[in-house]
Amino acid sequence: MADQNKPGLFEKGGKLYWLHSSIDAFDTFLRVPGTVTRRGAHVRDGIDLKRVMIMVVIALVPAALFAMYNVGYQTAHTYSLDWGFWNMFWYGLLRMLPLFVVSYLVGLGIEFASSQIREEEVNEGYLVTGFLIPLIVPVDVPLWMLALAVAFSVIFVKEVFGGTGMNIWNPALVARAFLFFSYPSSMSGSSVWVSKTWVPSLKGVDAISTATPLAIAHDGGVQGLSDAGYSFMDLVWGLIPGSTGETSVVAILIGAIILVWTGVASWKIMLSSIAGGLLVGWLGQLGGGIPAYYHIVMGGFLFGSVFMATDPVTAAQTETGKWIYGFLVGALAVVVRLWNPGYMEGMMLAILLMNTFAPLIDHCVVSVSIKRRAKKALTA
Amino acid sequence: MSNNLDLKKGLDIPIKGAAAPEVIKSVAPGIVAVKPTDFKGFVPRLLVKEGDTVLAGSPVMADKQKPEILLTAPVSGTVQQIVRGEKRKLLAVLIKADETPRYTDFGAKIPETAEAVKKLLLESGLWVSLVQRPYGIVANPSDTPKAIFISSFSTAPLAADTDFTLGDSLADIQAGVNALAKIATVHLSINRKVESSTPFHKVENAVLHVVSGPHPAGNVGVQISHISPVCKGEIVWTVSPLHVAALGHVINSGKLDLVRKVAVTGPAAEKTGYVVALPGTPVSEITKVEGDVRVVGGNVLDGCLLAPDSYLGFFDDQITLLREGREREWFGWAKPFRPKVHSSSWCYFSWLTPSKKYDMDTNLHGGPRAFVQTKCFEDVTPMDIFPIYLIKACLAGDIEKMEKFGIYEVIPEDLALCDYVDPSKNEIQAIIQKGIDLMIKEMA
Repeated sequence: MADQNKPGLFEKGGKLYWLHSSIDAFDTFLRVPGTVTRRGAHVRDGIDLKRVMIMVVIALVPAALFAMYNVGYQTAHTYSLDWGFWNMFWYGLLRMLPLFVVSYLVGLGIEFASSQIREEEVNEGYLVTGFLIPLIVPVDVPLWMLALAVAFSVIFVKEVFGGTGMNIWNPALVARAFLFFSYPSSMSGSSVWVSKTWVPSLKGVDAISTATPLAIAHDGGVQGLSDAGYSFMDLVWGLIPGSTGETSVVAILIGAIILVWTGVASWKIMLSSIAGGLLVGWLGQLGGGIPAYYHIVMGGFLFGSVFMATDPVTAAQTETGKWIYGFLVGALAVVVRLWNPGYMEGMMLAILLMNTFAPLIDHCVVSVSIKRRAKKALTA
Repeated sequence: MSNNLDLKKGLDIPIKGAAAPEVIKSVAPGIVAVKPTDFKGFVPRLLVKEGDTVLAGSPVMADKQKPEILLTAPVSGTVQQIVRGEKRKLLAVLIKADETPRYTDFGAKIPETAEAVKKLLLESGLWVSLVQRPYGIVANPSDTPKAIFISSFSTAPLAADTDFTLGDSLADIQAGVNALAKIATVHLSINRKVESSTPFHKVENAVLHVVSGPHPAGNVGVQISHISPVCKGEIVWTVSPLHVAALGHVINSGKLDLVRKVAVTGPAAEKTGYVVALPGTPVSEITKVEGDVRVVGGNVLDGCLLAPDSYLGFFDDQITLLREGREREWFGWAKPFRPKVHSSSWCYFSWLTPSKKYDMDTNLHGGPRAFVQTKCFEDVTPMDIFPIYLIKACLAGDIEKMEKFGIYEVIPEDLALCDYVDPSKNEIQAIIQKGIDLMIKEMA
């Protein structure tokens, strides 16, 4: 057991002290620490960050499972392979497993090392980030690129600011943005969404290009979608090409219910983001665009609203601020989709931009409250 | 005249070990301690030496800066020992109690002016029961407060039931309120749950407020922030009903009598119930402490840690006994169900058993982390402040921001629930206290 090694060896001055953060991390992973309260309240709530983070991971599981099935389904569907349900699922599982392994190995490795340098306990934040990253990339993204992106985002977006809780931008999204801008050919276009690399019978077969519904709708509208064989319900169920975890509205909504029920993520952000998306989408619809509700079910909009925009560290922290922040995330994402010739998907940039402005939103909300208090004091 | 104050935010912590309203014993202590450490902002100067005889009500210590503020002996007897700590810091004066108490006679008469009331409070040693907001320190006799606030009840975990402990002291309480009302308007809040039955609603000469809601609705600081918030440059005083009764007793009988019913509570208490005791009574005489058990003077949220060989505090009408939670639970955080651990978060399933009481211990249930989730603080703070911003301003030592975010309105006990609910296990009360200490230093 980990703690049998504990006395001496991993304590300050011990030979293996340089490993103590890692040992503590494994030790407290297995057993709740025996620390008792010293100051302040003598009893404490059972909740800790491990539990909070694992709740987010649980909420992501439906989307991840669906992603595995869909990866197989897309391959089988595109190349007309005669695969059954389990075949598709196993293919997707095998195909996605390396993404998870790389994401966690690289991310946790850096996280452990930097905790060690800061002589702090390892923070649980990466449990979620590491699970999110494989779900927001195309399945065929080369592993070395993924490793590079993870390393970049964990080091430059999280650790340099002081680790989980101190970061300004959502690390998972920055990893995606890094990939998007550094290796656009592996992240967008119409040839990256369906994996055929691991199917032996498809060796030598030319890759069939498959555009995402978002791209189709961007060029051809609803008519284009139905010509390509996508109904609105297809978009809801999610058997469509796209970044692995983002396709199924149903799976994401199951996650949303878990997050809102447990209170881990803010329903205000989710709701206002959808409202913002619908409003701008409606404006676009007036100008001849696709119906507003299509924006919600296509691309990464819902996944971003539910899992990314709600990150409590990078979102607005005041309750009023959350309404504004969420609304702007949704609105901006659809603005980018509608009035931008270059990029089809605006969710990633909208969230990162609003991450940047979240402290400003909070500042305004708090300033208004302070002014109101000062006024009350004068009249009291 | 009465006003309603219905608070929604907050949390009642479901901990086992409530005291049934019955007196289980009465302690006549051999030794009684006078502890200057009970009072924030009081710097003691000794007025007695070992071997001196004192009466109940005789001065034992005075404040160095304001020598008119006295600590008086709660019993008559002989000064047995002067206890000092590091750097000769005065920790306590131990008095060997007489078998039959003798009292200083303060003259049983009703003080007619504010000055007379102040004089009586100072002479009797009850001045230190007046706590000034902002900062939660001993009130300054030269100030005139905007108002004086009394919360007649406590919503803290397992708190003593004031209807039981003070129900038969109504005449004293009324006399005390009458006297305090000469200094400033007295606001008295009463508990909606017992609105019709509580003796406190009969109190006259005070503005009554009927308060409902979960803890910390009973905290006087929370009530003040809704009734008449403290702004920069303003001062209000607070006093516990216990000491209002003691003041009234001095007025009615001329004697200082601090005897009170102390609730012995908590999951590790061998026998819960009320013990009649004086402040300064050794804890060991009030209750038996065995094994790895923590004794808390007051409630589990904002009470102070008492060593088993220490003495009941001046403000305490409750002690709570808790097991030290040093055992380590396998996969605690990962288990779907943890029936023995309470959590107000819906990440666990405590919400399925809303009426269950938990055998809580002192385990931290996690490791310290940076702030991640912060809405939980707002959910348990029924005040018009942004707790997380105030906390961060205190951490940064930014005076201007602390002022803006409401440092004048809070003392640590008002944010004690933030300690409890924080998944990142920050020491919120300690942070707030540090901020307050900085304010006092900078504003002096």
